Amino acid sequence: MDKIVIENFSIRYSDGVESLRNISLSIPANAVTVLFGPAGGGKSTLLRAINRLNDLADVKETSGRILFNGQNILDPKVDVVELRRKIGMVFSRPVVLPMSIYQNVSYPLELMGEKRKSRLDEAVEKALKRAVLWDEVYDRLHDPATAISGGQQQRLCLARVFALEPEVIMLDEPTSALDPVSTARIEGLMHEIKEEFTIVWVPHNVQQAARMADYAAFFLQGELIEYAEGKKLFVNPKDQRTSDYVTGRFG
Amino acid sequence: MDMKRSLTSARIQELIGENLLRLVSFATVLPVLAIIVYIVIKGAPAISWEFLTSMPRDGMREGGILPAIVGTFYLTLGTAVFSVPLGIAAAIYIAEYAPDNFWTRLIRIAIINLAGIPSVVYGLFGLGLFVLFLRFGTSILAASLTLSIMTLPVIISTAEEALRSVPQAFRTVSIGLGATRWQTVWRIVLPQALPGIVTGVILGLERAAGETAPILFTGAAFFLPRLPQSPLDATMALPYHIFVISTQVPGMPVKIQYGTVLVLLVFVLGMNLIATLIRQRARARRMW
Repeated sequence: MDKIVIENFSIRYSDGVESLRNISLSIPANAVTVLFGPAGGGKSTLLRAINRLNDLADVKETSGRILFNGQNILDPKVDVVELRRKIGMVFSRPVVLPMSIYQNVSYPLELMGEKRKSRLDEAVEKALKRAVLWDEVYDRLHDPATAISGGQQQRLCLARVFALEPEVIMLDEPTSALDPVSTARIEGLMHEIKEEFTIVWVPHNVQQAARMADYAAFFLQGELIEYAEGKKLFVNPKDQRTSDYVTGRFG
Repeated sequence: MDMKRSLTSARIQELIGENLLRLVSFATVLPVLAIIVYIVIKGAPAISWEFLTSMPRDGMREGGILPAIVGTFYLTLGTAVFSVPLGIAAAIYIAEYAPDNFWTRLIRIAIINLAGIPSVVYGLFGLGLFVLFLRFGTSILAASLTLSIMTLPVIISTAEEALRSVPQAFRTVSIGLGATRWQTVWRIVLPQALPGIVTGVILGLERAAGETAPILFTGAAFFLPRLPQSPLDATMALPYHIFVISTQVPGMPVKIQYGTVLVLLVFVLGMNLIATLIRQRARARRMW
């Protein structure tokens, strides 16, 4: 089943720096779809279009459609708050909010109006366990979130997204600031849970792309060059440019 | 040989430069220190419980300065009531909501220019608008409103600065988690910016407390035999009282003049101290 269907999507920012041209792409549910390619290719732009975070940026024009569960989310009438709760996002640098570990996870629920302590406690524990962080922080939940390590902070960011029980999790180079051990933990974690979610992953190198991809899309300068199952694309790329990039000839 | 010489001359330059800068830096402390020490020495003998808590007597040559202290307190409070909510609201709009276009740039330029207007001009403006046109009369209300307009640009620009110094990533993350813009401002940005905002507020109010010209035509009384009873009463105030007893009353004991100046100085520096303490406490507790 295709969770997200992108049809002829184009976007241009006012400063003209980064843009996407005529992207068509179907992202299947319950799998990891990897968007990869050299910097400036438009991968982050696409992620930010899918959960409408681009609303915060200076966008000049967009065209095409992005269907999420069959609904065009570029429609101005879409409830963006509801949309962002269903499509969670993790950023490249772990950005913990300036509050305690507990509050970081309960924050999105409190935004929805949940005030009951027992419900919050329950949800926080569940989300932290999901992110395999609970055992490391259960005895200091009320310490500042900045007190834990970078790898732990990134898992906290994941827990925060889990707390919303989203349908889609998007990760924008989530391990680029992490050490190899923390990176492996996050990759393993996402492998384990991918059956339950739709995962869109922008990796920070080709090796990670190859490791993680059920499906892979290669972006170059705002265009989608090639999209296929991960096994096919990395073993037997059809486009010369994909082949050059995957084999390390440029990028 | 050559290399050695240029090296020594550079060293000499460095030595002169560093010490000159050090000297100049320390020199700026001197006037402040001199003023404070001089006023404390001359004014301290006048300070007594009676001086702080009783009405002036004998054409203000004896007794205390209670009505001026109370008046300055009321005026500062009144200024806070009007300028703080308005200033912070404006700063939130400009920093968090306003798009960057011709109109918001115009607002910013207006605020900067507002800060540069001489205080006596505010006084005359307040006389025209609040005292005469709106018929508030010479009153605490009119004077507070006048001082508020003068204080607003200080509060707005420092609050805006404080809001902008909160990392953008916090906003992106919060919005990404399904927060509205207002939830993000209220729960994340404002708490982080609060110490900076409070500092700006206190600096603005401190200036309002010490100003004479804006209240001269709008609310300050030469002498009143009783404390003000309502916001529509005129009031005595420390800065204007100092002007009065220094220039308008013959045979005024110097001790009382300096004593009054000392009280105003303590009032204003006390506010400064509070601002500093808040800033330091917040810095120690900051989580990023």
